[in-house]
Amino acid sequence: MASMSRRKFLAATGVTAGAVATQGLFPAVLRAQGEPLRIGCPLPLTGPFAALAADMQRGAQLAQDELNAKGGVMGRKVEVLFRDDELKPAVGAQRTKELIENQKCQFIVGGLAAHVQMAINEQTKKSKVLFISTSQSDEISAKPDTSPITFHEALNPTITSRVMGTWIAQNLGKKWWIIYADYAWGKQNNAVLQDTLQKNGGTLLGATPYPLGSAEFSAHLPKIQAAKPDVLVNVAPGADNVALHKQIKSFGMDKTMKLAQPLLWISYLKEGGPELYQDVYGGINWYWELQDSIPSARKFVEASLKKFNMPPGDYGAYSYSGVLEVARGVELAKSTDAEAVANALRKSPVYDHFKGKEWWRACDNKAMQDMWIVKGRGPGKTKGDWGLMDIVAKVAADEKYDRTCAEKGHA
Amino acid sequence: MASLGALSSLVGRHPVAAFGVFFALFPFLMPYKALASQVLIFGLFALGFNLLYGYTGLLSFGHAAYYGLGAYGTGIALAKLKIGSLWLGLAAGPLLAVLGGVAIGFFCLRRRGIYFAMLTLAFAQLLYFVAFHLSDVTGGDDGLRGIPLLPLNLFGWKIDLEGSLAFYYFSFALVWLAVAGLKRILDSPFGAVLQAIRENGDRASACGYDVNRVKHLSFVFSAFFAGLAGGLDALRLAVVPVESLYWVTSGQVVIMTLLGGAGTFFGPFVGAGTYLVLGDRLAAFTERWPLVIGLIFMAFVLFLPKGIWGTLVAKLPGGNAAGVKP
Amino acid sequence: MDISLAAALPQIFTGLVLGMLFVLLAIGLSLIFGLMTVVNFSHGALYMLGAYCTVFLLGFTRNFWVALLVAPLIVGTFGLLIERFLIRRLYGRHPDDPLLLTFGLSLVLIETAKLIWGKIGLTLDPPRELGGAVNLGFMAFPAYRLFVIAVTVLVLFGLWAFLTRTNVGLIIRAGSRDPLMVRALGIDLNRIWLLVFGIGCGLAGLAGALAGPMRGAYAEMGVNMVIESFVVVVVGGMGSLLGAVVAGILMGQVVGITTYFAPKAAEIMVFVVMALVLLVRPSGLFGEAGLAE
Repeated sequence: MASMSRRKFLAATGVTAGAVATQGLFPAVLRAQGEPLRIGCPLPLTGPFAALAADMQRGAQLAQDELNAKGGVMGRKVEVLFRDDELKPAVGAQRTKELIENQKCQFIVGGLAAHVQMAINEQTKKSKVLFISTSQSDEISAKPDTSPITFHEALNPTITSRVMGTWIAQNLGKKWWIIYADYAWGKQNNAVLQDTLQKNGGTLLGATPYPLGSAEFSAHLPKIQAAKPDVLVNVAPGADNVALHKQIKSFGMDKTMKLAQPLLWISYLKEGGPELYQDVYGGINWYWELQDSIPSARKFVEASLKKFNMPPGDYGAYSYSGVLEVARGVELAKSTDAEAVANALRKSPVYDHFKGKEWWRACDNKAMQDMWIVKGRGPGKTKGDWGLMDIVAKVAADEKYDRTCAEKGHA
Repeated sequence: MASLGALSSLVGRHPVAAFGVFFALFPFLMPYKALASQVLIFGLFALGFNLLYGYTGLLSFGHAAYYGLGAYGTGIALAKLKIGSLWLGLAAGPLLAVLGGVAIGFFCLRRRGIYFAMLTLAFAQLLYFVAFHLSDVTGGDDGLRGIPLLPLNLFGWKIDLEGSLAFYYFSFALVWLAVAGLKRILDSPFGAVLQAIRENGDRASACGYDVNRVKHLSFVFSAFFAGLAGGLDALRLAVVPVESLYWVTSGQVVIMTLLGGAGTFFGPFVGAGTYLVLGDRLAAFTERWPLVIGLIFMAFVLFLPKGIWGTLVAKLPGGNAAGVKP
Repeated sequence: MDISLAAALPQIFTGLVLGMLFVLLAIGLSLIFGLMTVVNFSHGALYMLGAYCTVFLLGFTRNFWVALLVAPLIVGTFGLLIERFLIRRLYGRHPDDPLLLTFGLSLVLIETAKLIWGKIGLTLDPPRELGGAVNLGFMAFPAYRLFVIAVTVLVLFGLWAFLTRTNVGLIIRAGSRDPLMVRALGIDLNRIWLLVFGIGCGLAGLAGALAGPMRGAYAEMGVNMVIESFVVVVVGGMGSLLGAVVAGILMGQVVGITTYFAPKAAEIMVFVVMALVLLVRPSGLFGEAGLAE
């Protein structure tokens, strides 16, 4: 509190006694008066995950509107600036530089692809700007990539695959075949799935990598069909996921084995259609029908329906939460300094913006959160345009699902 | 008009000095300093490409290979091998790129024309997939992260390069040296043979020049400049994304050079500047930036093949002084 | 490693289907290059357009057969426009220029596709009649894929008949051997080039239309295909149609087999094969030395 009154005093004298002369000495002070609080949001608005990015953009806009309706943060209007990172790390890094240097953003929320958000993170670390990452990644909260001002809101492969893996082994079958995209996210999920299967006493009949983006699976499917697994677990993102399910169906394999994946994305469920995703099991961080049981979800869904005529999706929820957390941190710390805000968030780590209780784990700034197991509703059973999934089970947040602090390189 | 002519002939006669003056002031002309560094580094990349395409007449569609090798060379040296010296780390980049240039040049130069272009593309793609899968060394598709920007040790002083302006002037010094180096190459008899090959390879051969050796050497020089650009970029971004080797990056440098003016001295920098600044400013307004640049590029190929600078130079009086086209 | 016949045959068939797509693309590229010495970088984008047009027509007419017939025609017509209004301007200029122009064109087409059809890609289903799997005795293979093989063989046969049995076909073959002589005989090559470009693009569109139900339609689908198709053409020999067919089938098998045995190397294999072929036979398997070297 002493620092606040000192700042107010200095601000008063600064304004009355030659603003130009003091501007160089107390820039943060003068910026604080009336200037909007800018949050930079790099996302892949173009490229294969554009639908998820559009969802994220809507979520961030809802958060911005909500904050400004309450009078802003510390009296300052909140402005979220969106930039297209084109799903490329070099572009993401450059846009982040522009947001920080040119637009004077003091916080960055965003990043969808793991490799892009790591490039963004290198820039925010350099410029000492707080970064809340909304991308699925194991590395971002671990050494050496992470930092005291790097926060991770989204789920990561370890959590997702441990949760899903355990549930699949206990409920769908213990003989698996895994098909996974041969890149970082795919490999991480595959490793955790195999480990989880083993710990649950299951058998791995085979694991097949495929080159990301090359949606040609018919080379592998006959072999898998012949092996007769209980469950075919796939780690295929985006358009690959849709293509894979089509090809699985064309071989008739959906009739002879259960289908599951670590994550189900509502945007791709919509694209593929209920017939394709019928009875496909997956994990999800949030689904709009949760509004029936969670008050903060209801508030979020209503705001989205009002502004966008559609419910928010899984990724929109991450960015919504990220922006609100920046605001909460600034209010707590009474400052926009990255370290101060980071410390404030760690001191009061619990929050609930859209899904019930979440909290930041102190050692690695990881958001611990509940997860749900969902499955695709068949044709005829869907509700409206977006009622595409059945909620099968809830898995409560537990730090045991992620790697331990020690495993991540923190003391 | 007369003073314009005098100015342009002055620039034509002292291109390296003109470059130095302009780019010393450049960061203050840009909306933010980090953009100036990006223009400088990509300008250098395009400079390397231009040596091969504009001056020697060989269209390489896989130049990202040398930029990428340069970036990975520096990145691996500093992040994985933990070499403690900025100079050595930075030198590792162009060194790796030169090795790549020697090897790939050997293969590709066995063919000419379109075959050559497609071969360079294919080798760059090969390197891309290798880097993608060698994740222990390169970080795979997550990219090589954690590249430290070590302080500069100059005559006993330790200069911190973290600030945008400090890094800019460090890059500027190196790029300026590279530009001076290019001028030396172009002014030399070797440079004359290069341009002779561009005009008519068979005739140059008939004159007794070892065309293949000259082409190969040009290829290697070109790889050096591209590799230095890559190394500097690794320091600038603190990461080396695997996309550095992807054909899109190769395409970008082709577009930049054509936009600026192939076969001219300043063309590459004009092209890089136009492309990057336009992209930066437009990206704040629209997602359609790639569409816009595609249309602009096509228009240039059809109607302005000399590029911005090339067309300017052709129109201005006194622009063709002293042998080297500015 | 299980190398029994039962395991190998599905792989061979899968590689064959991919090979058919390669053949269609490579033939188009080779025809255009052989006759006009133009490298059409936008071939991949036209492949993508073929897939999108099929989705569009399917929505319009609800008839897959109509869509499959008309989509390549649309793309081929679009190819005619490209030749007439864009490529033709570049004749007499530097031989690299058409490559640069078509490179820019491919960027524009990809972005335009996103603009028109959205960024996420569209789903496309094979017709009911071809939806299931056919029991070939040793394995069950998706019927649609057999259809793709059948269609390609039919089209190749038709193309061969066209080139060897018609006057126009004769002119095309003569023109790729010696354009100067053909001109000297008073034949208007402009018309022929227009036609050939259109046919080449139409073939790309057909490949895309056939690929759509297998992989869906999305803006970047042609990007890797075009590079791999170039590799096929280089291996087969630029300008050689037989080379395009042989190399296309060969490369399809290379990808199929490597995917089975060593999935990580699958993407690299095509380039390795290309490098090896070029070391041993620089003009490609069936190419003629001296053709634009």
